[in-house]
Amino acid sequence: MKKPSRRQFFKIMGATGAALLAGRSGTSASELHQVNNDTIGMLYDATKCVGCKACMSACKRVNSDYGSLAYEQASFDSDGLWDAPQDLSGSTRTLIKLFKESDKEWSYVKYSCMHCQKPSCVSVCPVSAMTRDKLTGTVDYNKDACIGCRYCQIACAFNIPKFQWDKAIPQIVKCDLCKNTNLLKKGITACAETCPVGAIMFGKRKELLEEANKRLRENPGRYVNHIYGEKEVGGTNHLYLSGMQFNKLGLPILKEEAPAEFSEKIQHTIYKGFIAPVALYSTLCFVAIKNMKKGQESDGKDPIDGPEGQGGDHR
Amino acid sequence: MSHDEYQKHDAKILTPSFIVLLTLTLIGFALVAVRFIKGIGAVTNMSDGYPWGIWITYDVATGTAIACGGYAMAILIYIRNHMHYHPMIRSAILTSMFGYGLAGFSVMVDVGRPWNAYNFFIPSKWQLNSAMFEVALCVMAYTTVLLMEFLPAVLTTLEKTEWKTLQLLLDMLYSRMGMKRPERIGDRLDKVKDLAAWAKPRLDKVLIFIIVLGITLPTMHQSSLGSLLLIASTKLHPLWHTGFLPLLFLINCMFIGYSIAILESVISCYAFKRPFETKELSGMARIIPWLTVIWLSVVVGDLAWRGQLGAAVSFDFYSRFFLLEFCLVAGGSLLMFSGKKRESIRWLFVSAALIVLGGALYRFNVYLIGFNPGKGWHYFPALAELLITVGIVAFEILGYQVIVKILPVLPKLHTRKQLDSELGLAEKA
Repeated sequence: MKKPSRRQFFKIMGATGAALLAGRSGTSASELHQVNNDTIGMLYDATKCVGCKACMSACKRVNSDYGSLAYEQASFDSDGLWDAPQDLSGSTRTLIKLFKESDKEWSYVKYSCMHCQKPSCVSVCPVSAMTRDKLTGTVDYNKDACIGCRYCQIACAFNIPKFQWDKAIPQIVKCDLCKNTNLLKKGITACAETCPVGAIMFGKRKELLEEANKRLRENPGRYVNHIYGEKEVGGTNHLYLSGMQFNKLGLPILKEEAPAEFSEKIQHTIYKGFIAPVALYSTLCFVAIKNMKKGQESDGKDPIDGPEGQGGDHR
Repeated sequence: MSHDEYQKHDAKILTPSFIVLLTLTLIGFALVAVRFIKGIGAVTNMSDGYPWGIWITYDVATGTAIACGGYAMAILIYIRNHMHYHPMIRSAILTSMFGYGLAGFSVMVDVGRPWNAYNFFIPSKWQLNSAMFEVALCVMAYTTVLLMEFLPAVLTTLEKTEWKTLQLLLDMLYSRMGMKRPERIGDRLDKVKDLAAWAKPRLDKVLIFIIVLGITLPTMHQSSLGSLLLIASTKLHPLWHTGFLPLLFLINCMFIGYSIAILESVISCYAFKRPFETKELSGMARIIPWLTVIWLSVVVGDLAWRGQLGAAVSFDFYSRFFLLEFCLVAGGSLLMFSGKKRESIRWLFVSAALIVLGGALYRFNVYLIGFNPGKGWHYFPALAELLITVGIVAFEILGYQVIVKILPVLPKLHTRKQLDSELGLAEKA
């Protein structure tokens, strides 16, 4: 009695393992994402930025308490004083920082959502609160769907989505390219419109890439020869040019494969067509019922539909 | 075998440990109220860098593994056909029910916008790429399954009850109010009894399909608990970030499940002054080392394949936690391989405790210790945050303590003797 059941048990274990193993190698072409260069984004040139933070205040002014984020109130609103945020937060979508290595070597950097071509936050959100607009490529957030699980924060390689820790009714806050505010009214993001030195260029991804390549070509020595975001995590719509190594500016060194492709590949292999769970359930039912009947035969009593309806020995 | 193999534990409910646990529970729940009034930041040290703290790491990721006793026992009994363990399953299911139910409760405390959770039931909002979606649905379904698996214990009691306590209480209430107790209350109580008697055999007939569902669902979501961290390829340390995370979490929950079933039995026999179930436990302990050996070989093989063996023995911060986790599991398994040590309750307890600790540390390593969102972020749980977790655990133990005293959950003592002789026969054969 013991041996066949043990063998069956290991068979099931093996099948599960095999499915998982297959997940590592199996790639279907349809799942590979393609970069869409007609989507919109921004090119930030750190060598042009003068660190005036006009983009930050423009962002807060335009997106403060309406649009898609009805809850955000900039913290300076109450007393009307400018208070410079230290980091992106539940009330700050974009931020300028200065990285100073020595008196001669320094650079500003602007943080905001990278609007990935294959965004991790969209891939992990269980209730589709994070979405990527197919046409514009904008990664947007819907607070009416969000359950506040913060998986998007775990998933984002750039630590962009921010949570309102101090609120009883919190939400996630991140840049949505002024989708419902400045972009709707004026066709350009507030930060790009405001920048007095043209450090932020707004446009289609292909135009931004052309411009970035042109600047790299025409100004040898001025830049690190790399467009950050062109290939990183499958490509982002927010692109960077800089004179300083990007990782020194807090932009992590990342692989070209989008993390979401790796995780989805494994998840899809296990749950393809929901076959594996159904197969597992039916196999287990078969084994369990067989075992139960065997037990009854050897007992020689207590049949499954007994007169008292005791229902066998499963309880 | 039938409902008669279980019995109520006859003892007082109001014990000193009851008072202590109740106090801890009340403190925890008061702090939960603070969290809902003032926001999550008011009671926790979680940050945008560490958006998942001790609540997700312990209450959900580790707590559900510790609640896998019911899952592991169900595999042992119904799939591997060891029916003689059947008397032990009800207490295992009870702890699983508390573990999972309270993990679900913790999630509702942890998420920022719980009122939107109905979106899980709206197909247009489903996001099938998300491991979180799978975990959430499976955990909800499994908690329901556990409730149904436990229902026979409730129905048997309802069927046979004479409502003594309730009758007394009602009499007291009505006499206080100076009224006579109306007849229809008695009729209604009888109706409940009839309903229970009607439902029980019907539930019994379909129960095996529910039980098998109770094996399928944890297989799915325990592996998905590992899948949750697949996406964090840049944040989770390479010692733990691997495509095998789902498989490792699945095997991990199985050996934790069997080990915790041993611990629970030893502790409850000790606390309730019942004879130890040494024979069943040592039989169960035979399975554990095989599971841990598979797990450890996947861990080592995968590290070797990804060229991370050097990192594993570099003795830096991460390596130390990895080695600790590894040694706890390996040490506990080595003890359990020895047949003699398996016969001793003390060694069974020690080795099972080592394995549970090691297995739980693995989950902590994946969710918290090996997770590094970048420079400048630190996390250590706040006192209030810890007290909420403590309150939830206290509530689990409290609930178990009370329920085994009012419902037939623990194995009946005289059947245990029969069981021992059956086991003896089986071993001779």
